[in-house]
Amino acid sequence: MGLRKNVREAMLEAVPSLRAFAISLCGNVDRADDLVQEALLRAWANMGSFQPGTNMSAWLFTILRNLFRSEYRKRRREVEDVDGSYAETLTSLPEQNSRLEIVEFRNALKLLPSEQRESLILVGASGFSYEEAAQICGCAVGTIKSRVNRARSRLAEILSIDSASDFGPDRETRAVANSDIVRTDRS
Amino acid sequence: MQGKHNAAGARTTMNKDNPSLRIRTMYAQKSEKNPVVKLGPDIKAKIGMQLRLMYGEIVDQGVPERFVQIIKRLDDPNCEGR
Repeated sequence: MGLRKNVREAMLEAVPSLRAFAISLCGNVDRADDLVQEALLRAWANMGSFQPGTNMSAWLFTILRNLFRSEYRKRRREVEDVDGSYAETLTSLPEQNSRLEIVEFRNALKLLPSEQRESLILVGASGFSYEEAAQICGCAVGTIKSRVNRARSRLAEILSIDSASDFGPDRETRAVANSDIVRTDRS
Repeated sequence: MQGKHNAAGARTTMNKDNPSLRIRTMYAQKSEKNPVVKLGPDIKAKIGMQLRLMYGEIVDQGVPERFVQIIKRLDDPNCEGR
């Protein structure tokens, strides 16, 4: 009984981060929420597969990712275009600039191979260790490290970040230049 | 049109932005062939900040009611399974 309560509490705690991860996987908020819901139900039905003493959040992420891989991946092509429904969920950020930066960043992220993207997000945003991310993705720790490095390099390239002071007053000019690069990449 | 308005800042803006912009664009195209580039800690930090900002936008939405209800019903024997 204690485990059931723990699992529910862990689920509630993990939902915000699971949603953020799911959105980054499938790119669409409604589908991401469906994915999270399915993952929660599956986790509940397979509670026996949780090993006490291990990270419950990582376990939930693993289930969500596997679910996405097995059921949602086929459909990814059609969900690729995301901006509309994603933008709707974002009410307002205080600064126009950070709004623009996030949209630009999210678009850049979409250009990464999915393995690189998920590795970078798990380590850089979800707060998992390389070891935990490797467990979630079912691969070696070295593979995660290499994917994260590649993802960072590629992002720096796409966003043309070459110094910390780069997000300065010339953003608009840069955005125009970048959109050309991005377009070339896509075609 | 903007000449008068920008008279003071125009020179610095041009000197500061345009050449570096060109360099950055060249850099981006050239390194296309060499995907792994050694990145400094400041760039990693910048990307990390952007990632967390983007992720945090969703996390800050908290737990939507839909999930509160789903999780609450999990232990209800009448709704077992779904």
